[in-house]
Amino acid sequence: MIKFFLMVNKQGQTRLSKYYEHVDINKRTLLETEVIKSCLSRSNEQDFKLIYRQYAASFIVVGVNDTENEMAIYEFIHNFVEVLDEYFSRVVSLMIMFNLDKIHIILDEMVLNGCIVETNRARILAPLLILDKMSES
Amino acid sequence: MPAVSKGDGMRGLAVFISDIRNCKSKEAEIKRINKELANIRSKFKGKYALDGYSKKSTSASCSSSFSLVMTLTLDTWRPVNLLSSNRYTEKQIVRHLFISVLVNSNSELIRPQPHLHGPGLHCIASVGSREMAEAFAGEIPKVLVAGYVRAALCLLRLYRTCFDCCVCVFFQGVVTAATSLITTLAQKNPEEFKTSVSLAVSRLSRIVTSASTDLQDYTYYFVPAPWLSVKLLRLLQCYPPPEDPAVRGRLTECLETILNKAQEPPKSKKVQHSNAKNAVLFEAISLIIHHDRCVGCLWRRLHLLGQFLQHGCQDTHRDVINALKTERDVSVRQRAVDLLYAMCDRSNMLSYLETADYSIREEIVLKVAILAEKYAVDYTWYVDTILNLIRIAGDYVSEEVWYRVIQIVINRDDVQGYAAKTVFEALQAPACHENLVKVGGYILGEFGNLIAGDPRSSPLIQFNLLHSKFHLCSVPTRALLLSTYIKFVNLFPEVKPTIQDVLRSDSQLRNADVELQQRAVEYLRLSTVASTDILATVLEEMPPFPERESSILAKLKKKKGPSTVTDLEDTKRERSVDVNGGPEPAPASTSAMSTPSPSADLLGLGAAPPAPAGPPPSSGGGGLLVDVFSDSASVVAPLAPGSEDNFARFVCKNNGVLFENQLLQIGLKSEFRQNLGRMFIFYGNKTSTQFLNFTPTLICSDDLQPNILGFITKPVDPTVEGGAQVQQVVNIECVSDFTEAPVLNIQFRYGGTFQNVSVQLPITLNKFFQPTEMASQDFFQRWKQLSNPQQEVQNIFKAKHPMDTEVTKAKIIGFGSALLEEVDPNPANFVGAGIIHTKTTQIGCLLRLEPNLQAQMYRLTLRTSKEAVSQRLCELLSAQF
Repeated sequence: MIKFFLMVNKQGQTRLSKYYEHVDINKRTLLETEVIKSCLSRSNEQDFKLIYRQYAASFIVVGVNDTENEMAIYEFIHNFVEVLDEYFSRVVSLMIMFNLDKIHIILDEMVLNGCIVETNRARILAPLLILDKMSES
Repeated sequence: MPAVSKGDGMRGLAVFISDIRNCKSKEAEIKRINKELANIRSKFKGKYALDGYSKKSTSASCSSSFSLVMTLTLDTWRPVNLLSSNRYTEKQIVRHLFISVLVNSNSELIRPQPHLHGPGLHCIASVGSREMAEAFAGEIPKVLVAGYVRAALCLLRLYRTCFDCCVCVFFQGVVTAATSLITTLAQKNPEEFKTSVSLAVSRLSRIVTSASTDLQDYTYYFVPAPWLSVKLLRLLQCYPPPEDPAVRGRLTECLETILNKAQEPPKSKKVQHSNAKNAVLFEAISLIIHHDRCVGCLWRRLHLLGQFLQHGCQDTHRDVINALKTERDVSVRQRAVDLLYAMCDRSNMLSYLETADYSIREEIVLKVAILAEKYAVDYTWYVDTILNLIRIAGDYVSEEVWYRVIQIVINRDDVQGYAAKTVFEALQAPACHENLVKVGGYILGEFGNLIAGDPRSSPLIQFNLLHSKFHLCSVPTRALLLSTYIKFVNLFPEVKPTIQDVLRSDSQLRNADVELQQRAVEYLRLSTVASTDILATVLEEMPPFPERESSILAKLKKKKGPSTVTDLEDTKRERSVDVNGGPEPAPASTSAMSTPSPSADLLGLGAAPPAPAGPPPSSGGGGLLVDVFSDSASVVAPLAPGSEDNFARFVCKNNGVLFENQLLQIGLKSEFRQNLGRMFIFYGNKTSTQFLNFTPTLICSDDLQPNILGFITKPVDPTVEGGAQVQQVVNIECVSDFTEAPVLNIQFRYGGTFQNVSVQLPITLNKFFQPTEMASQDFFQRWKQLSNPQQEVQNIFKAKHPMDTEVTKAKIIGFGSALLEEVDPNPANFVGAGIIHTKTTQIGCLLRLEPNLQAQMYRLTLRTSKEAVSQRLCELLSAQF
């Protein structure tokens, strides 16, 4: 199962974080710095596996436990980015920051309690689009 | 306030966020957030009803501030009440922002606030729509952990909806969600979800064989529904291969299609395509490994896999081996290694080790070691293989591997000579790895005498061989070699002077390393001072190791997940019974002793009753068994007054206070199993002064001596502090039936006086009584069999205690007999049966107790196959009532 999902920029600041397993709040920053360091230097020692992908100025890192299929998660990250791309039409890190709530909604549509539930772009974005339409009208 | 324009709420949020972003320091951020929170608080406290938007915006701000600062106040909980609101948009926002961000993040805060859950869960349970089921499938189990009834009801509702989902064809996404839920549930209760297997297989086949246009929505870079396929395959891994042949055929087809597809030229150049394809492929391979199918099918798969990896090669093994050389991606190679590990046999294990990647070499070494042990029919082959392993990949051979080979060599007598010879030959190679020196040193030290007869491997040559490597080795190895040298001194007296010279040399005695120096000095002294007998005892051959769960397996498990290793471990455990070829006969009692933990002694003599009651001082390292049948001249005090009563009390029970006077309290706790028993004696010093020279001794009279064996396992500290309690363990074995009881004599000095206390230890024949249930016919049949007048003893006596049925029953059960109901036609009578276990024989006993309430008397009839036993048991039992 997926343990956490992070989006981090090159300077090491966390832009988005979502945990599917309880981690103490103070421990989180520690974990994130460790994770980022690992990604930047490519070593993994802890009891979860890290799968990450780099996109321009930021990294998306997913921590999973042993039983998860790594390639599937790898592609899942890409799927997620494509969904964001479609919604924001050319996603930029800045947009992520200003629309954190929407990103959370998207991520929630895709992953629940550590398991991937929905991967179809149209279906994921459907509720969000409805929301937008309702707020405009 | 009510007139707020539509975009306003969100704009406020955007302002808030950019403010935070512009904050220069953490304090500034916190200040800004607090300001916003104050704003929110005021809004909520406001008299006017808030409309949807501002509620939303405040909720959004709350959650943003939460995610930025991660602190939670009570105020932020209020928006949860929005759940009860009817408008969908509000529900949406709150659902996403709150339940997911807050609830998952900080579960400790949740527990004290169950009332907040209430409305949320209520709404879920009542609405229970498919979408909600999907959405909450994750959250609810978490809440369930906290144990709330409502959450349980929700979950129940979800089960039902999920099953419907599975049957329904349409919404793939829902199926995905449902599959996850079912997988987790299946891991907990596999039985209930068995039907899902066939559904999963049909789903999977539909996906895999679909044309590209069917599942357009879910096709990702030309791979149909990769994540769902992965999930379904994972679900199938929870179960053994399906029994129904139709289902099994379908599944096989599916897997073949997946493998075939993997071979086809890729439909797209993009890396995403191949990644997705590989994802499904890996999961399929895991499933295959898990199912562990017949060899034929597996070869075919392997062939396909090999082709996939290498694009065209004939021989199946070579495929995979070459693949390991050529495949760039480490993870693919890893999977290939896993596959081979799962289905490998003796012939080819080492060959691919030579080609393996450095990063996974150690793991491969471990796996090879385990495989070698698993497939070793003939242990000479095993020794060869491990030595080869060390030769090829010496650096990567971890400690556990060579410990294990030594354990095996020591445990198996037949392979010791062969091991010594092989090791000797291996050491002659000019450049041998340090691990080989370690193994060689140890084995020659133990078993060098087995090859000493051969002139080529005479003791001196052995010594020279080892010593030639001495200076090339690291400190731990050198330490081991020093130990080997002293063992040589014991085994081969002719090399003693040579070795003594070596030990005497300055480089040892003044060695910089403390351990080496210590060893050299001690061994030198030992060799000069000790007589040959003592030397022989000290340096006696190592006894066989008790069987433990292989530490190699433990190490491997630590590295990888448990899944790949478990079935091997099981088969390995079966095999390892053979490994410990020790001579100890597994007594019949082992079957009764069920200690399920894997680290238990395979000989079954685990934590509970005593081990070496039988062969005491055989192996040199065995525990100290102090035989306490005292010939000492110490005066045995007469039995302390009152001990008779206590003794009688202990016939039917095992724990309690045996004896007490002003100074000393003796408590007892005993357990018995068949013919063995263990007694924990607790001596309590009731005074505030210490007891000196405290010596308890166990005395068995001459009649008693051959029939019962009692050992005190460890002497007690002779000084007992005031107010302290010390414990002593006595192991007892019943050799044959007996009538007297052993006496515990305690002597100590208190103040200036000399104290001497004796108590009878309540070890009675009935302690070795094991209850036997039987039906009434069996009972009467046996009763008739024991009709010989000597075998029956009857006693009619007056009841000493009030005649209470329950108490009587308890006493009979405490006595050790099984209480048989509905056997005697008279329901007021008590009938019992059991077996007395002794080392030599087992004596069946039947008893019947008939109470006469008016006369307050009992008639007790006992029938056993041995007269003395009947007599004794009758005595004992009569005293109880």
